[in-house]
Amino acid sequence: MIEVKDVYFTYPTGVEALKGVSLSIGDGEFLAIMGQNGAGKTTLVKNFNGLLKPTKGEVRVDGVSTREVSIAKLARTVGFVFQNPDHQLFSETVEEEIAFGLRNFGFEEATVDKRVTWALNLLDLTEYRTTSPFMLSGGERKRVALASVLAWDPKVVILDEPTIGQDHRQKETLRQFIVQLNEQGKTVVVVTHDVEFVAECSPRVVLMSEGKIVADGEAKRILTDTTLTLAASIVPPQITQIFLRLTDLGLPKDVIDVSEAKKIITKYLVEAKARH
Amino acid sequence: MSVFEGFRFRRVTSPIHDRDPRIKFVLVIAMFVIAILFTEFLPLLVLFFLPIPFVLVAGVRKAWLRSLRGALFLATFIFVFNFVFGYFYRQYTSVTALLEFSLAMSLRFLVLVESFSVFFLTTSPDHLSLALEQSHVPYEFTFAFTTAVRFVPVLAEEAQTIMDAQKARGLELERGNFLKRVRNYIPILIPLIVSAIRRSLELAEAMESRAWGASSKRTNLYVLKMNHGDLVLLVLSIGLLALGVYVRYFVPIPHLSTFLPYLPL
Repeated sequence: MIEVKDVYFTYPTGVEALKGVSLSIGDGEFLAIMGQNGAGKTTLVKNFNGLLKPTKGEVRVDGVSTREVSIAKLARTVGFVFQNPDHQLFSETVEEEIAFGLRNFGFEEATVDKRVTWALNLLDLTEYRTTSPFMLSGGERKRVALASVLAWDPKVVILDEPTIGQDHRQKETLRQFIVQLNEQGKTVVVVTHDVEFVAECSPRVVLMSEGKIVADGEAKRILTDTTLTLAASIVPPQITQIFLRLTDLGLPKDVIDVSEAKKIITKYLVEAKARH
Repeated sequence: MSVFEGFRFRRVTSPIHDRDPRIKFVLVIAMFVIAILFTEFLPLLVLFFLPIPFVLVAGVRKAWLRSLRGALFLATFIFVFNFVFGYFYRQYTSVTALLEFSLAMSLRFLVLVESFSVFFLTTSPDHLSLALEQSHVPYEFTFAFTTAVRFVPVLAEEAQTIMDAQKARGLELERGNFLKRVRNYIPILIPLIVSAIRRSLELAEAMESRAWGASSKRTNLYVLKMNHGDLVLLVLSIGLLALGVYVRYFVPIPHLSTFLPYLPL
């Protein structure tokens, strides 16, 4: 349970990145934070694990204020996968890389080994166990970074721009993986620009603009609201764009799912055929 | 990191910012030479206050003070070092003389830092490279120099991100004894160095794809020209240097001990 209470955050440079954000994320929720560049998305999630402390207001993780505990302690509960894997990979082998976090949290060597094997298997990296992370491709490095966080089994997983630089198949694997994590009871928070990705996952969406939350609700409602999407500089999913242009046929506007769209169109066509 | 703050240029104009960087550099060198000429406290104190009008005119007071504050630690170190070693290894007859020498040495350091700080705070990297180029420094060197200056803030920001990423994996930089603490920085340094190397290779490729070094004789859109203000500053700098040399050789410099009671060692 993460509670954000009227949080303001100003960087030492004087940039005010958050201007009164309140938000509550329940256990096991799947949340996507969206919005234009500089809207404060990353700043907000960095407040979740204590990397940044609010200038004003408070963030509570499971009832404890982030000001009162160390980042290391919070990180045990709130796992944060950074956007660029190159900002964290440093070990000689993939297995060492994954063990790094576990050792920091004081797991015993036998457990470390078991968890590493588990995480390697989870992200399909077993064959690279003794390879240097620097020899891997971009997508694989991203998976190593993910594995290195999931290894200690945090309750909350934050992913900053997980889909950037991934091809379609990797993205699909990632999507299934994230959905699966969420179904296993983990709280998942995704920071992203990728509208299509969000449309396919259909999580709760929090829309940010200029340091404030401008909308919070179901993906279906928010991604199809053109005033909101315009304000946050995002484009509705392509399937929604088609439906928005077909309103004169009497079709619904709030469609983000391709298979749902197919059903609606088929139904419409069958009815139209019957009419003639 | 605060020492670097004092060397970061912000784009503004003022009578100091607009001066030819070459002339400003002459002034810095003049200050430098005078600071080296003296080991007495009083002239160095005068020298210390000399750049203040420039700082005020240029409107860089805040950043300048910050760089001075950053240098204060080293200055204290220099003071203590000189005092302790002077006490054991040199023939001083009084505490005041030793004190004066140690104070003068740390003041000399501050003078060097502050004059360089004024120079960097009021000179844009572009102007600087232009000045180097027009002083016939090979362009490869000028480019390497300005690129290095240009990437300092970028690397600092990247180091911060890497630190955040590793802290999010449970790394505690402040934990353990001295050796352990040094080792704690390995997970920060490796990604930083790897990315700096990668970045430099990318930069090289980007530059070559834009025909870097295609013609050996480069021309510039802007050409540095000296005007009256620059001449005034040049005359001032040379005058200052001449004055310094004159005082050094022909004027008896009062020692602190003349004003303070005699304290034998």
